[in-house]
Amino acid sequence: MKKGRYGIHGGQYIPETLMNEVNRLEEAYDFFKKDPEFNEELSGLLREYAGRPSLLYYAEKMTKDLGGAKIYLKREDLNHTGSHKINNVLGQALLAKKMGKTRVIAETGAGQHGVATATAAALLGLECEIFMGKEDTIRQALNVYRMRLLGAKVHPVESGTQTLKDAVNECMREWTRRVEDTLYVLGSVMGPHPFPMIVRDFQSVISREARQQILEKEGRLPDVVMACVGGGSNAMGMFCEFIPDKKVRLIGCEAAGRGIDTRETAATIATGTAGIFHGMKSYFCQDEFGQIAPVYSISAGLDYPGIGPEHANLHDTGRAEYVAITDEEAVEAFEYIAKTEGIIAAIESSHAIAQVRKMAPAMDKDQIIICCLSGRGDKDVAAIARYRGVDLHE
Amino acid sequence: MSRISESFMGKKAFIGFLTAGDPSLEKTKELIMAMERAGAALIEIGIPFSDPIAEGPVIQDANIRALSAPGGCTTEQVFTMVDELKGKVTVPLVFLTYLNPVFKYGYEAFCRRCQKVGISGLIIPDLPYEERDELENIAQNYDVELISLIAPTSKERIRKIAEKARGYLYLVSSMGVTGVREEITTDLKELITEIRQVTDTPIAIGFGISSPEQAMACSSIADGVIVGSAIVKRIGEYGEQATEPVENYVISMVEACKGQA
Repeated sequence: MKKGRYGIHGGQYIPETLMNEVNRLEEAYDFFKKDPEFNEELSGLLREYAGRPSLLYYAEKMTKDLGGAKIYLKREDLNHTGSHKINNVLGQALLAKKMGKTRVIAETGAGQHGVATATAAALLGLECEIFMGKEDTIRQALNVYRMRLLGAKVHPVESGTQTLKDAVNECMREWTRRVEDTLYVLGSVMGPHPFPMIVRDFQSVISREARQQILEKEGRLPDVVMACVGGGSNAMGMFCEFIPDKKVRLIGCEAAGRGIDTRETAATIATGTAGIFHGMKSYFCQDEFGQIAPVYSISAGLDYPGIGPEHANLHDTGRAEYVAITDEEAVEAFEYIAKTEGIIAAIESSHAIAQVRKMAPAMDKDQIIICCLSGRGDKDVAAIARYRGVDLHE
Repeated sequence: MSRISESFMGKKAFIGFLTAGDPSLEKTKELIMAMERAGAALIEIGIPFSDPIAEGPVIQDANIRALSAPGGCTTEQVFTMVDELKGKVTVPLVFLTYLNPVFKYGYEAFCRRCQKVGISGLIIPDLPYEERDELENIAQNYDVELISLIAPTSKERIRKIAEKARGYLYLVSSMGVTGVREEITTDLKELITEIRQVTDTPIAIGFGISSPEQAMACSSIADGVIVGSAIVKRIGEYGEQATEPVENYVISMVEACKGQA
């Protein structure tokens, strides 16, 4: 099989100008992932700076309320910068430094990955430029200011639909302008090889910890592991170490937006078809001639027309299942977990919580669900208020 | 000898690019004929794509204009438009598009259709050497030449890319995306010397070329020059009235290349 393939998916569909650079990145990664010094430095950062390991929290009240399976939440929201994104950016920024790069660039949708990248860049002394759809810079003005506070330059992207996919386009264009001193810190398990592999590896810390934690707490593996999926980095991190445990069901929760039977959706597995875009073969929301479709979700972090190639393959092989959660279901879950557990979860993560609410009641009391709470929801409060008709602005 | 190689014979080839459907498919036909009249040796036709990651703002805008034009601009419509040029244009025509529209149409169906309407070659900026197998044999079966790109960063990759070259080699003059540049700083001579050690396939330089001086300089070291953004910019500016300005511009560029033959 060709390198960087997950079944038929993956690959390296990028302009020639970038090919040597991604090959160099792959070589550097292969070297440093085996380098004890690099690994020690990275674990140190994850422990002392990001606050790992993250808790595996038994959501007792939710469990009792839903009356079925035992529910555990993997609390990535408690990491520094408030989401799982920090796991990947610390890894990639450190890698950039080891490769002798002095500058990092990154795309961002809601701003989570942008903030995390700006944070890692500030810490490691790297120049940082973030590309963000103009539309998103307006929706998430606070995060733009946050990134600037951290010393990053933020470029509002005015091309195309002015959202996440256009930010990725612009990052790729910028990278072709300047590869020598720059690493593109991709935020999800997508793009050309080796990115889906690198991001998965850096995020796999989530399931490595969770697997050990559940064995300690329950003495057994969970029955179901779930996470929300946009590009799919927290889900890949959450699934990774459980993939060989065939009895553990893996469930990814996509954003259905206003419903998978409407055009305002971002549910790639449910509504997309096979295609080749952003460097990878995978599933994409697109029309019959291969024009990438504008997508929609209340969650800016899931508002992406594609899905990582490894997820596409987990879907093809049936190893993971993918379900679609609407805006309304996600918002209800957002409110539910706040009232029940006292946790304000990211609207992205609330998509997974919504699926827990659907499944747990029908499961036995001795069964176990682990749900990845990928980020905290402070950033979403104003948008949810507006969704509920409360005129609130940050 | 292929139609593409023939078009490089005995002259420095001026290659013009435009985006199909910008401002309309009818106008695209006229512009293609105008470029041929003006002396273009070969014409690249862009099939518009929603997310052209190798393009600068000028061609990005043209893609958006084409896709959002009344009646749209689907792959099917572009084929029909090219088919209607049969007997009206004699220079080879080449498609430039991204892999997804080709993949969605079906590689086999796409290449068969290319052959039928008289498309001689295919340039796909997001199909690097590593993934070329995906399309190469199918294209060959239908006499469509899959044209490779070489970039200033290609270095040790030059040899293997050049070995597999078909049609002509698209030498990317500069880092970054397409678009007009004041100055081209890459040492193109050195790159060309390296390519020449491996293949006799014609080399055409593209990205950033807009002035007759640049065309002269590039065609003195290569077999041809490719101009896209400077043409597309005129089409964007003049819209339905673009034929004359585009034709005059191409005449001046062809003239500049001639001096180097």
